Amino acid sequence: MSLTAASVPRLARHVRFRFDAARNCHVLLAPERVIMPDAIAVAVLECCDGVVNVAEIADRLATRYEAPRDAVLADCLEMLNDLADKSMIAS
Amino acid sequence: MNAPLSPPLAMLMELTHRCPLKCPYCSNPLALERARDELDTATWKRVITEAAGIGILQAHFSGGEPMVRSDLPELVRHARAEGLYTNLITSAVLLNPARMAELAEAGLDHVQISFQGADAAVADHVAGFRDAHEKKLAAAQLVRDAGLALTLNAVVHRQNLHQLSAMIDLAVDAGAQRIEVAHVQYYGWALKNRAALIPTRAQLDEATRIVTAARANLAGTLTIDYVVPDYYAARPKACMGGWARQFFNITPSGKMLPCHAAETLPGLVFERVTERSVGEIWAHSSAFEKYRGTGWMAPPCQGCARAEIDWGGCRCQALALTGDAGATDPACGLSPDHAMMAALAIAESGAAVDDFAYRMIS
Repeated sequence: MSLTAASVPRLARHVRFRFDAARNCHVLLAPERVIMPDAIAVAVLECCDGVVNVAEIADRLATRYEAPRDAVLADCLEMLNDLADKSMIAS
Repeated sequence: MNAPLSPPLAMLMELTHRCPLKCPYCSNPLALERARDELDTATWKRVITEAAGIGILQAHFSGGEPMVRSDLPELVRHARAEGLYTNLITSAVLLNPARMAELAEAGLDHVQISFQGADAAVADHVAGFRDAHEKKLAAAQLVRDAGLALTLNAVVHRQNLHQLSAMIDLAVDAGAQRIEVAHVQYYGWALKNRAALIPTRAQLDEATRIVTAARANLAGTLTIDYVVPDYYAARPKACMGGWARQFFNITPSGKMLPCHAAETLPGLVFERVTERSVGEIWAHSSAFEKYRGTGWMAPPCQGCARAEIDWGGCRCQALALTGDAGATDPACGLSPDHAMMAALAIAESGAAVDDFAYRMIS
């Protein structure tokens, strides 16, 4: 059940994403799991609002970071599918 | 030299040692604490605030059975207000619609329900409590209906491993996101009942095969965490992710421990959150410093390439099996006591002693 460019990703209901002052980084919190996403993953996760699809997220980030749009889309899908396999992202 | 101290990830609160169940592998100590010695609501709230202040991210509400405390929703609400991910570890036999609603409204994120088997005959026998299994099934449905994340904790051993496949099916049917298949770890009550619980090597291999296949079939549907038994291992587990590195435990009366079994270790003084702050105990308590990092290690741990992978394994197990809490965990193939540990497992698992010494307050 992989995400595609047309999928609309959102955090799974039992997952929380927030900034942690003690570690000075963002954290993804799930049952018995703590993940510290890197800066690119944070940028993607901040776009996962359950409204925009992955293609639109890639457009937005490609513009913001002046990066090739196809490469950004591929990176977004890989990262989001990895989190979907861990049941942290739903679509 | 030891690295600078990182913030802990999680705190486990044993709100009480009272529990209606009598599981013979309970993680609580043999000497259970009394209700009259339990911390009050205000103290637990202060402890939660202090723990959040030193960087914990996850608050585990456990016991005993934490639902015997009527202030549980208030504590959950407080933990959520401090930004913590809140997890209830429960037998679920006291969960009903009204209490579920209260907890969900307080902001509870996740519920872990223990299952002792896949049917009432096995499960109620292991729990020593009639109708426990049926109550748990109903409770799982309440958690799902409330929209909370659900994990099934399946503690497995010689007397229920034949139901492992059915327990995984039960987790899927109950709508759980996750199942923890945990072979019993032999401390406290479980150590006392080891001969009745320890699986045979063949049972372990079959369990590992079932888990591997289920993980492939259920990817994206059910997360399966698997805890293997040390007695047949080649390398030790990184117990608690390393002594006093990521985690601490607070007993009902407020003793702060690096792990739930730490009180079995002789010569350590465990400070109380009623006398010193959580942050000071974490950073400076002699019991936390004793086995933190790698400086305490003797050969073969000292200088081992895996010293910062498994952190020497488990101190309580080293003590229980070798008599020396500072020894290499005998689960490690490099330990001189490794063969003795494996021989114990083979002898006890084949002896067919099935009677339990059930958990109870003495």
